[in-house]
Amino acid sequence: MMSRRSFARLAVVVYVALIYGFIFLPVLVLIVFSFQDGKLPVPPFRGFTLKWYDALFANRRLMDSLANSVVVALGSGAVSTVLGFLAAFGLARHRPAGAPMIRWLLVLPLFVSYLVIGMGLLLMLRELGISKSLLTVGMGHLVINLPLAFAVIYGQMGDHQVYAERAARDLGAGEATVLRRITVPMLWPALFAAFALTFTFSWDEFIIAFLLSVFDVTLPVELWSLLRRGLNPQANAAGSLVFTVTIAVLILALLAYRLHRRKDAGGTGR
Amino acid sequence: MPGRDSRGWGYVLPALAWTLAFFVLPFLLMACYSLWRFDAGKVQHVWTYENYEAFIARPHFLQALVNSLEVTALTVVLSVLLAYPLAWILAFRVPRHLQKIALVLAVLPFWTSYLVRSYSWLLVLSDRGIVNSALLAAGIVETPLELAHNRGATVLGFTHFFTMLLTLTIFASLVQINPHYHAAAADLGASRLRIFLRITLPLSLPGVVVGAFLTFVVAVGDFVTPQILGGGTELLMPQAIMLQISRYVNLPMASAMSLVLMAVVSLVFFACARWLRVRSQASP
Repeated sequence: MMSRRSFARLAVVVYVALIYGFIFLPVLVLIVFSFQDGKLPVPPFRGFTLKWYDALFANRRLMDSLANSVVVALGSGAVSTVLGFLAAFGLARHRPAGAPMIRWLLVLPLFVSYLVIGMGLLLMLRELGISKSLLTVGMGHLVINLPLAFAVIYGQMGDHQVYAERAARDLGAGEATVLRRITVPMLWPALFAAFALTFTFSWDEFIIAFLLSVFDVTLPVELWSLLRRGLNPQANAAGSLVFTVTIAVLILALLAYRLHRRKDAGGTGR
Repeated sequence: MPGRDSRGWGYVLPALAWTLAFFVLPFLLMACYSLWRFDAGKVQHVWTYENYEAFIARPHFLQALVNSLEVTALTVVLSVLLAYPLAWILAFRVPRHLQKIALVLAVLPFWTSYLVRSYSWLLVLSDRGIVNSALLAAGIVETPLELAHNRGATVLGFTHFFTMLLTLTIFASLVQINPHYHAAAADLGASRLRIFLRITLPLSLPGVVVGAFLTFVVAVGDFVTPQILGGGTELLMPQAIMLQISRYVNLPMASAMSLVLMAVVSLVFFACARWLRVRSQASP
């Protein structure tokens, strides 16, 4: 007989193994069969090849859509971070009348399905006679990214910054100087987190991009037409590539954040 | 603390204007569309309730909503049941220096493109996918099981995604519990089960509810997962809405259905918010 304690420990190990297996199974299958030397990304594994990645890089439409995605994600990420920061600063520091209501309104899009947001914008474009383009996709992504950036930055606006800002004002700094020399440098990690987060959300967003684009499309929309053709190793290769890029962006973001924190800690002697 | 002043408006204005122009206005427009007539392939600017009447009267519309609610409810329950033990183990059984890396690993596939994630499950579940290949090779089945393209596959795809999300929110609420509570209860002779049921579980419930609500909002509005993994015979709400847009170009009907979906989400939101408020008032 096993003792109760070692049985409990075994149960924990088995559970963790099973659930990590469940979480990683599809990703592993995706990556392994992107190297499949055959027409179908299913067992048996017929040998290792990179030809599907070659096909991917030779796929002009896919590469164009990748470039489009980067542009849209950079644009909507940057604009939403700037607008989100300004709104957070205005609400936290100047507390205009009706601030709680504005705060609610700004985060409201987080609670609405992307499909509904995309459809509303589709109707609006139709009424105004604006044709679909990458710009309209970016506008749609700004709608979903702005509340995200605002929430992240607003949550990091602590009181210690208020004191630093007030000290700077007492010493004669104008509003612009306070923003540039005190607020932004102190909030840099939050601003960076907001940008990285909004970038990845835009990079991965499908349904709004699908509804609001027509000729120039983003990567997920192009992937969609690739995936619709059924199981094929090129789709595996594309999926593996997207995964790698996203992870790389996140690791870079994390490293930059760490580096900054260390510098910060060193600077104040902590 | 800085006082109230009107300078704040200048900073808030761009974000506020954007939200009003491209979120609130389109929403109001959608409400108008849902009350306009669709006739002979065209939108007529005539006010009518007939889109909502059609939604209630025609069984396949209502059925899509029921399907969506069933799939989402099942997803939420399964994800919580899978994520809670994992979050608990990560919070209390994994050594502190391994905690961060274990948590990052547990949510790593969260960052794959969600289109690709659904497609990946197809590689696992399809007729010639790895599960069926293994079962056939082992001689357990003669013909491949139909694992993909049905409701089960949709629920599995959703559960995979939201288990990761819920692990994060539940973990966050578990590590916030003051460890002294556990120690005090143990000193007073409470068994480990009793400590879990009377302290850990109730104090972590808000994290569960927040995660479950997020799961609900995202899952109930998702078009991709059911479209890739689901069956051809049953439609979920987002699929039914997309069908109205792309096949019938019936924007008034699609608007009415979107508003019904939003109304359902709002109801669930108010139920969750009320529960959280009642709880926070009840506790000292």
